Amino acid sequence: MLCGGNISFRRLVPHQSTTRLKGADDCIPIHSVIRNRRIWTGTVIVMMIGGCVESQSVLHPASDDAAAITRLFWVMTAGAAVIWIMVFGAAIFATLAHRPKSSERTAEMVILGGGVIFPTVTLGALLVYGLGLLPDWGPSDAPDITVRVHAEQYWWRVTYESPGGGEVEAANEVVLPSGAVVDFVLTSPDVIHSFWIPPLGGKMDTIPGRVNLLRLRPNVPGTYQGICAEFCGDGHAFMAFEAHVLEPSEFERWFATQQQPAEPADPTAFLAAGCGGCHQIRGLVEQGSIGPDLTHFASRSTIAGVLDNTPDALREWLHDPSAFKPDVRMPGYAMLPDDELNAIVAFLEQLE
Amino acid sequence: MTMTPDKEEELQQLQRTWASPKGLSYLSEVNNSAIGIWYICTAFGFMIFGGILGLIIRAQLAVPEATLVSSDTYSQVFTLHGTVMMFLFAVPIFEAVAILILPSMLGARDLPFPRLSAFGFWCFLIGGVFVCGSIFFGIAPDSGWFMYPPLSTEQSGLGADIWLLGLSFIEVASIAAAVELIVGVLKCRAPGMHLNLTPLYGWYVLVVGGMILFAFPPLIAGDLLFELERLMDWPFFDVSRGGDPLLWQHLFWIFGHPEVYIIFLPAIALLAMIIPTFSGRPIVGYSWIVLSALGTGFLSFGLWVHHMFTTGLPSISLGFFSAASEAVAIPTGIQLFAFIGTVMLGRVQKSVPMLWCLGALATFLVGGLTGVMVAVAPFDFQVHDTYFIVAHLHYTLIGGMLFPTLAGVHYYYPFFTGRALSFRTGAWSFWLCFSGFNIAFLPMHLTGLLGMPRRVVTYGADRGWSELNMISTIGAFIFAAGFALFVWNCLVSLRRGAPSGPNPWKAGTLEWLAPGLDYGMRSIPRIESRYPLWDDPSLVSRTMAGEGLLADAREGKRETLVTSVLDAVPVQVLRVPGPGWLPMAAAFGLGGVFIFATFSLYWLAAASAVGYLVAQIAWLWTGTALIPEKATKDVGQGVVLPLYRSGPASTGWWAMFIMMTGDLTAFLALVFGYFFFWTVHPEFPPAGIAGPGWQWPLTGGILTLASWALTLAARRGNALGHVSTARLLCGAGIGASLGASAAFVAAPVLNGMDSSLHAYPAIVCALIVWIVAHLLTGAIMQGYCLARSLAGKMTPDHDADLWNVTLYWHFALFCGVFGAAVIGGFPEVL
Repeated sequence: MLCGGNISFRRLVPHQSTTRLKGADDCIPIHSVIRNRRIWTGTVIVMMIGGCVESQSVLHPASDDAAAITRLFWVMTAGAAVIWIMVFGAAIFATLAHRPKSSERTAEMVILGGGVIFPTVTLGALLVYGLGLLPDWGPSDAPDITVRVHAEQYWWRVTYESPGGGEVEAANEVVLPSGAVVDFVLTSPDVIHSFWIPPLGGKMDTIPGRVNLLRLRPNVPGTYQGICAEFCGDGHAFMAFEAHVLEPSEFERWFATQQQPAEPADPTAFLAAGCGGCHQIRGLVEQGSIGPDLTHFASRSTIAGVLDNTPDALREWLHDPSAFKPDVRMPGYAMLPDDELNAIVAFLEQLE
Repeated sequence: MTMTPDKEEELQQLQRTWASPKGLSYLSEVNNSAIGIWYICTAFGFMIFGGILGLIIRAQLAVPEATLVSSDTYSQVFTLHGTVMMFLFAVPIFEAVAILILPSMLGARDLPFPRLSAFGFWCFLIGGVFVCGSIFFGIAPDSGWFMYPPLSTEQSGLGADIWLLGLSFIEVASIAAAVELIVGVLKCRAPGMHLNLTPLYGWYVLVVGGMILFAFPPLIAGDLLFELERLMDWPFFDVSRGGDPLLWQHLFWIFGHPEVYIIFLPAIALLAMIIPTFSGRPIVGYSWIVLSALGTGFLSFGLWVHHMFTTGLPSISLGFFSAASEAVAIPTGIQLFAFIGTVMLGRVQKSVPMLWCLGALATFLVGGLTGVMVAVAPFDFQVHDTYFIVAHLHYTLIGGMLFPTLAGVHYYYPFFTGRALSFRTGAWSFWLCFSGFNIAFLPMHLTGLLGMPRRVVTYGADRGWSELNMISTIGAFIFAAGFALFVWNCLVSLRRGAPSGPNPWKAGTLEWLAPGLDYGMRSIPRIESRYPLWDDPSLVSRTMAGEGLLADAREGKRETLVTSVLDAVPVQVLRVPGPGWLPMAAAFGLGGVFIFATFSLYWLAAASAVGYLVAQIAWLWTGTALIPEKATKDVGQGVVLPLYRSGPASTGWWAMFIMMTGDLTAFLALVFGYFFFWTVHPEFPPAGIAGPGWQWPLTGGILTLASWALTLAARRGNALGHVSTARLLCGAGIGASLGASAAFVAAPVLNGMDSSLHAYPAIVCALIVWIVAHLLTGAIMQGYCLARSLAGKMTPDHDADLWNVTLYWHFALFCGVFGAAVIGGFPEVL
């Protein structure tokens, strides 16, 4: 009825048993995050309701900047609750109480006190506190690393500059050293997206024609969920990625691996299906770069940010990507015979 | 009450004159009491449609990884949900309620331009059905109600055009209503109702009407640019050709934030009428409320950037707009505390409307407080575009608009039906709505903080949002049940409600003097206080006995009093038009232009445009500035008033002035676009891209000046009795206007400008399109005056048309000369 020409519903998640959306096992130990009692109180509320959900939560900050915003939130919430009780209590009291008539002058004092003096003082104080947390964006100090994030419908092209001068391209995951100052340079070639890793800090839009800068300082190792926050089309809900914050030494190891060309493997099936037209594999297939770079595909924890990286899931993804990511640019390969599909899967799984 | 035969006869004639036509002809009615009811029912109809869309959203999100609707249907559903609720319910319901109750409140028999209300209503109905209907064909707008380019310009199907054209059409209706209501408050108050005795509702209508005039035009300008990009490929928002998507965001939110207060203030205005009644005493802090309503309206134009905190603006902007966003809490707080003060001093009569008022306060307070939170930019970085914002905006809109409006419906239901709504059912529907709403939206704050972004079709089961979403969905359905009960109460009480009598709540304001009459009231009383029914116990009987002013309709014509702006001294008896089909025909014609253009059926669109123009001119020709059969009329109590006024003493002049203020705002929004491109480009105008030169714009500007001068001279000459000279001057004015148009068109054509090459020629050409459209309209107006003069319908003593056209030309002059200076002069001085 409602969808007119397109009545059939997309099967977003075909087989729960073999292929699930990402996330459940990636929770970080909760005590590693919590250093603040107020946050802990909040966590109790969250735990009561939601279970294990820290990896995409604003209330479970994993950087000092994000923790400062979370603290701001709790302070404001407490204040708001007190104000709500006072004002609504006053309204109820005024409605129900039977008492000797007050004078018009008293009422004017109520308006002056409650409507002018109290909010002016409170809001002034809040602005001094809140705006003090505004980031100091500008090239005053150099970051430890710079990561370029190019947001495309509906995936994230992540580029690191290697010390040698070349570039290392990853997709749908950002890997960061704990304790480092990271500048994200955010761009988009198509529509407006927004880059957001809740536990690490606020979001920033990626806008065609503009270059935006976002500075994050993660300092708790773990895996966090990132997501596109600005509606960008039918695949918006599935434009996810993972952020892995590693100990600096682990990060160095990861980065060294990523700079290597791909493991030697046989790309015949991959090339025969035409995958090379869009996907680059450094050292093996270097033609197109429309889609994600797959040089170290097997080292990634997800497929396209939405599926666990397992051979079964990969087979399903290749079969029909739009079942997992509506409106995705990649076509499905359901027409390939099983053995060719398996060969492609096997090839990709070798690209550690 | 006994009546002399004279008075009896007088009353019958009044009733006959104002009676609505029967049968199908009822649809040709233009009187505010009919249009108001249609308008309210239509707006609630769209609201129910929007609510069903909301329930589809909630059903889809009830469980993770749901497949109830597909992703592209979901995009259409949430886009339409927001669009319908904002454009087809929240703003129109203000206009609807105001059209219905404002005249009675002010002691007028009707609004000054009944056919304009009818026209607005039909535009609203046609545009609304068009926009809503699109989803049944799977072609509804699908880029969000904010329509951000480039997603909406480059990747949307017909939906984007439906949104742009359908809503532009509805915006026309909103501006029509704003003009009507502002003039109503300024010029149609009962004698003696000094501006500071005006009911607070009237003040709010003034403020909100003014806000509509300054807020909607930037959106109309934005829509124009947007549609030019989609239809003609003029690249205003395309970065590869010098455009910038952020220009749309600025234009949209310059509209979009005041929009929130355009929605909120009229609802608060209802509270300002209801609370004194149930407290049994006048409002406390009348002047505080008026000043803070004005302050809210003013400040609301300085907040729009808080919708754009994450677009990468410099910290200084973030700080400024954070502070401005916090500041608006102060006037809002004053208004709420004035209500609390009133309740405190009074003795509260318990009733369903008061229940809704308290529910509104409890809910809106939450929305206001979370608003204070999100106005702090660093916090907004985290919660922007998450369910925290979804919760926040619903708390403000439902608490600040829907609940007060429902309080108003319960309060005014006896006013227009003569029956009361059931108390029991009313209380039940309140508690269901209130609890359902909070169950649905309170958890969403947490859902958002746990990282759930807005506008996602589904989410993974492992994100921990499942339980919260299920609770929200259950709450939404409880809310819907409560609302259904409210609707049922309204329908059943039409027949079964207890008869309520003339003033069931013992209110003090004028509308309760004689509710539900087509002609407003038996006669128009002199007003000496803010609560005349409380302060003057004999007022009702005197007025109903026909002892006030204008007690008759002796000539069989619908009439209302026009008074002066400040002190409400009677200045004119205004003959207002009765039933007629022209407003509906004009609305269908204009609707055809927008609808056919959406489907690129340009010939049909052009034919519709001609139809519209014919209906519009026939409407003016047959119903405005008619020369009366006598110069004056005795309205009783020894007051003799003219039947015809022109210039600033007339309502038409004010309407033109107000409408052109809005028009000027749209023009300035386009100029803003021009300078916006200048700020984003290091080199502007860009090298190697042809501009309009300075010669042709200069010629156009000079000819515009000439046309303006000729029109002004025609008015002066006509007033002095030189009728033939005035006709000649009008004719020459037409020539000058056409010449000016040709000169402006020559600028891009002869200089070889290519509008699809770059944003610079595109914005120059958009300004030229705007200027030329105004010059051609001006030429039609000059021709109209010439024809009126030749037909003997405009004379030296009856020259309202020429006054209004001259006023139009003051604005057109600015448009032409300033426009020429911008496009022709600015590049020269750089």
